[in-house]
Amino acid sequence: MADYKMHILVCGGTGCRASQSDKIVETFKTELEMHGLDDEVKVVATGCFGFCEKGPIVKIIPDNTFYVQAGVVDVKDIVEEHIIKGRPLKRLLYHDPATKSQVTDTAHIDFYKKQVRIALRNCGFINPENIEEYIARDGYAALGSVLEMKPSEATQMVKDSGLRGRGGGGFPTGLKWEITAKEKSDQKYVVCNADEGDPGAFMDRSILEGDPHSVIEAMAICGYCIGAGKGLVYIRAEYPLAINRLKIALNQAREFGLLGNDILGSGFDFDIDIRYGAGAFVCGEETALIHSMEGYRGEPTVKPPFPSVSGYLGKPTNVNNVETFANIPVIFNKGVEWFKSIGTENSRGTKVFALAGKVNNVGLIEVPMGITLREVIFDIGGGIRGGKKFKAVQTGGPSGGCLTEQHLDTPIDYDNLIAVGSMMGSGGMIVMDEDDCMVSIAKFYLEFTLDESCGKCTPCRIGNKRLHEILVKITSGNGIEEDIERLRVLGNVIKETSLCGLGQTSPNPVLSTLDNFYDEYLAHVNDKKCPAGQCKDLVHYEINANACTGCTLCFRNCPVGAISGEKKMPHYIDQSLCIKCGVCFEKCRFKAISIV
Amino acid sequence: MPKVKLSEYATNTVKEVCASFNNSEGELINVLHQVQQKLGYLPAEVQELVAKELNMSAAKVYGVVTFYSFFTMVPQGENPISICMGTACYVRGAEQVLDEFKRQLKIEVGETTTDGKFSLSALRCVGACGLAPVVMVGEKVHGRVAPTDVRKIISECKDGCLT
Amino acid sequence: MDKIELTIDNKTVEVSKGTTILEAAKTIGVHIPTLCHMKLHDMGIENKPGGCRVCVVEVEGRRNLAPACVTEALNGMKINTHSMRVVNARRTVTELIISDHPYECLTCAKAGNCELQQLAQDLGIREIHYEGEKSVYREDTSPAIIRDLDKCIMCRRCEMMCNEVQTVGVLSAINRGFQAVVSPPFEQNLDHSVCTYCGQCVAVCPTGALTEVDHTPAVIRALSDPSKTVIVQTAPAVRAALGEAFGLEPGTLVTGKMAAALRRLGFDFVFDTDFAADLTIMEEGTELLGRLSRHLEGDETVKLPILTSCCPAWVNFFEHQFPDLKDIPSSAKSPQQMFGAIAKTYFADKQKIDRKELVVVSIMPCVAKKYECSREEFSVDGNPDVDYALTTRELAALIKLANIDFHVLPDEEFDHPLGESTGAGVIFGATGGVIEAAVRTAYELYTKKSLPRLDFEELRGMEGIREATIDFDGLPIKIGIAHGLGNARKLLEDIQSGKSQFHAIEIMSCPGGCIGGGGQPYHRSNSSILKKRQMAIYSEDKMKILRKSHENPYIIKLYEEFLGKPMSEKAHHLLHTNYFDRSTIFEQED
Repeated sequence: MADYKMHILVCGGTGCRASQSDKIVETFKTELEMHGLDDEVKVVATGCFGFCEKGPIVKIIPDNTFYVQAGVVDVKDIVEEHIIKGRPLKRLLYHDPATKSQVTDTAHIDFYKKQVRIALRNCGFINPENIEEYIARDGYAALGSVLEMKPSEATQMVKDSGLRGRGGGGFPTGLKWEITAKEKSDQKYVVCNADEGDPGAFMDRSILEGDPHSVIEAMAICGYCIGAGKGLVYIRAEYPLAINRLKIALNQAREFGLLGNDILGSGFDFDIDIRYGAGAFVCGEETALIHSMEGYRGEPTVKPPFPSVSGYLGKPTNVNNVETFANIPVIFNKGVEWFKSIGTENSRGTKVFALAGKVNNVGLIEVPMGITLREVIFDIGGGIRGGKKFKAVQTGGPSGGCLTEQHLDTPIDYDNLIAVGSMMGSGGMIVMDEDDCMVSIAKFYLEFTLDESCGKCTPCRIGNKRLHEILVKITSGNGIEEDIERLRVLGNVIKETSLCGLGQTSPNPVLSTLDNFYDEYLAHVNDKKCPAGQCKDLVHYEINANACTGCTLCFRNCPVGAISGEKKMPHYIDQSLCIKCGVCFEKCRFKAISIV
Repeated sequence: MPKVKLSEYATNTVKEVCASFNNSEGELINVLHQVQQKLGYLPAEVQELVAKELNMSAAKVYGVVTFYSFFTMVPQGENPISICMGTACYVRGAEQVLDEFKRQLKIEVGETTTDGKFSLSALRCVGACGLAPVVMVGEKVHGRVAPTDVRKIISECKDGCLT
Repeated sequence: MDKIELTIDNKTVEVSKGTTILEAAKTIGVHIPTLCHMKLHDMGIENKPGGCRVCVVEVEGRRNLAPACVTEALNGMKINTHSMRVVNARRTVTELIISDHPYECLTCAKAGNCELQQLAQDLGIREIHYEGEKSVYREDTSPAIIRDLDKCIMCRRCEMMCNEVQTVGVLSAINRGFQAVVSPPFEQNLDHSVCTYCGQCVAVCPTGALTEVDHTPAVIRALSDPSKTVIVQTAPAVRAALGEAFGLEPGTLVTGKMAAALRRLGFDFVFDTDFAADLTIMEEGTELLGRLSRHLEGDETVKLPILTSCCPAWVNFFEHQFPDLKDIPSSAKSPQQMFGAIAKTYFADKQKIDRKELVVVSIMPCVAKKYECSREEFSVDGNPDVDYALTTRELAALIKLANIDFHVLPDEEFDHPLGESTGAGVIFGATGGVIEAAVRTAYELYTKKSLPRLDFEELRGMEGIREATIDFDGLPIKIGIAHGLGNARKLLEDIQSGKSQFHAIEIMSCPGGCIGGGGQPYHRSNSSILKKRQMAIYSEDKMKILRKSHENPYIIKLYEEFLGKPMSEKAHHLLHTNYFDRSTIFEQED
């Protein structure tokens, strides 16, 4: 980076690109060229900065100015004011909601203060399409040093680091490597699971988009440790940007002799191919993933045999997910002791979460294990949107559970989350407020499971269907108290009899909401009321004649013509026509419409 | 099921793709990805040909196509509309947005309007949670969509079609 | 092999390493219920997706319950197969299956033989606590097999048989989740697929999702029509299995009782397909010798090996999948169709009745025979040579319907002239039998010498592919045998690649041959039943005075009076057929 006086980093993650950040990059380039600055200032499209809420993000190096919600129209001003005149553009600076002051750099933004970035260390710093930028930040140094060790020594370091699988189960990574290494076979495989399917999680994608080389390097290290010559990345086909950047990175790594035959003169041969997922959440499960890579329906099979013994094409196969791999090079570069110093006794290091839902700061965050939910939601996440009341936080996606106020001070790690009825999962973290109906949330997750169940085993195929039907019955006001007990009985049977992890965890959203929000279920069943006002069949919209000014806004916006009334006279909703879409409620400026 | 003879283009495309993967059965999913990318969808005739080229049963190919949600046997509309149903979008009202699309287009998820202009699908997380709820029309991302925006999105597409 | 020790229901058990919990439990008399699991011991046929979860047991120290059928027993395991937790889970799982199953037990074709029904009984299920949407599918009726997928429980046995054992590849699981079901490609009907109608899917289906097309009403109608002469032929494998439907020990031969029952049902003549089997040997044996001698004379156009063609599913298989080999199988029709052709000419003439007044019913161990008799080339002016083919199971149903107490029936003989057969005709029912029968005749015709022995043990057995060389008085004849279409495929691929060294190959589609046919009483995955039927077949052969087809006096008479000699023009016209290239069935349909 030394050749340029200044760098303009523009977030090129999917979120910001959705807000046209790619055009911002182009406009910067043209603008700089016009001012003849293209030799001095470099524009870099980076990976995700994480602060998606305020995207598109633009960061100026070396002064670390952090611009939020930048648009194409702002480019000219940034160049003319900031780059040329050295005056930060105030209107684009982050506005701290607490202090009401403007913050110029990330070090002073709450969103970043408590984060520790290991897996995301390069995301937002380097151009992911340029291997030299990765190398400049210690890239491939770990591979170099590992190739001078014995495979067993390197494996031992991973073991000693205490790193556990970041994909969901939390299995000790080093141990997994060791088991695969012990198998004797002419061919072994390293598989990177990038088929991120959790609805509301995008950390793996962000890593591959922002720092693909860290994954490639780690896979090569793993290959060396377990004695595999071949790596495969199983990636969602719906991730075109990540696929593209991965392909570029693979080619560059080959050009640099970091993949292929005789890597760095060590005699170690290793190369990586890409396999595409095709939209099946169950393929996150190792055995299903392997069947999918072999060209079959992604149905899981009973373990054992584990993939480490008999995996891809029947050969010993080590499967880790993207985030797990992204941690590996750092362990070697900074040492086991350093890594162990972060996190808790049984959960070392950090975890990336996709923080979303009803928080002010939606985005991708990486925090040390042991941080509390409260710190994540209120310090990093900036608290609940619109001043509403916190109700629950869901972790672990469709396999996890909903936690409440009482769990807010629980330090986050693998074991603690399981102890309170949820799980780490792949790292989705969805915050809910008082407007969210927990029965509906359980139903939402179950709908997802129903869609994604492979259908192989009875409890998941039919059991979840029945579980869902009971929830529908309850949310539509037809439930009886026995149904609640039925949910619990059936949920537990599904948990303990399902074939794979998907089925075994699928009732968790139901069981955890039953544990934590039992009264809400009771309200639906006994009082036929949805306390959050979300279950359409249990609510209706009414216009308070005293508050209604007759502005006709609701009348004009009602999609089905259910609202009538004279101008400047109170309006009225015809309940037989109303589809309960809530538009009138949203539109009314006088709080005259209420959910009953 | 009506039988349509494949066009020469489609036949050649399938054969080329299969050949590029050495007509290997294990590459089925990669083959299907490429064929769908080139032909837009995977009708029965195409699957039969893939089966023949890879020397496997049509039943297995169909079993795979129907397993993965990415593969489709119906042509997509000119404007493929996808609503993100990831959790972040869901809690910010994606379901209402989806309902409104269904109502206005008079189709269900997975269907295409009779005039072939629109098709509707529900996606898992697209990773633009900061913009939730998110709607994608083709490659274009619409963020923070409310049910009241649905009409505008549809008419924008229609205008696009005319020009 | 290494031994391990574990505890099952507080009993210590020692088993070999690699044994499943299910098998280990069996050794101490603990029968854990199963549903999707199926294993034909010693035949290499096993279905264990571990999907139904009925066989779950509690393994001490494990968080979840373990499926006994796919979990390996490990040293020191402590297993409980009927704790409250296990029974509750097992019943719930079964209730769930039933909750997505039609409540049609009273009228279901599988009632009484349904493994799900049995399971519900065994678990004492009296109430289904989970009501909800049920899967509904369009019924698929083909000429031989009915698919009623509302009753499919996704055990995947049919899929395994169709793909792994038969390599036909018609069935696959499709869709996923609650919509998952087993189906031919594109959810088309079986008659639009490469289905061979071998019926092995029917043979293993635990419920009524796959059954044969019921021809009994049509037969009852014909029997009660005074203007019709109704005759019946019974295939060799039927007599070795029919008794099972009446509770007799598997392997009990009921030839005489069967003939008596058929007569009581009202058939005007009770004949034997074995007669036609002898006829088949005359034609096929002659054809073999013809090709062989031309080959020995150096004729390079002659095609060898010759393949048997008695099995209709096998014929379908090569027409669909190996059309380039369609000139290799013998052109001889199957015994069922030879019988029909002779019955509606020779016999009808003798009786002085028009073929349209003659109804030919066959009793077959097979469902493909239903399709075979419907093939257009086996009819004259729309009148089929064989009108109806009933399975062994359908015959049993007819006997019950006619209030016949099978057990007290006397042994009766078949009628003449189409009821006389030799031991060679009988062994057509087991794998290796057709080629053994052919050897007995071809040897004597070729060498003009009397056979030194009649039992060719080297051709018998249950191995999937067998080979033997038979010395034809100095000329070594190489013979291949395959049962199961997957095994047949291997031999065919060898022929295609020019590797095959055989002169003659026998192929039967079903495991064990016709005795394991898709129309036989359900074997419920008990392979010993198949072996007992096989033994019964060979014991009937042994009991026969005549054991060589060419010595059957009625066959000799048939040639003298009607056909002339084997492969004569008349024989060609009536007893031989052509095969068709049906590989392109899908590509175009106008």
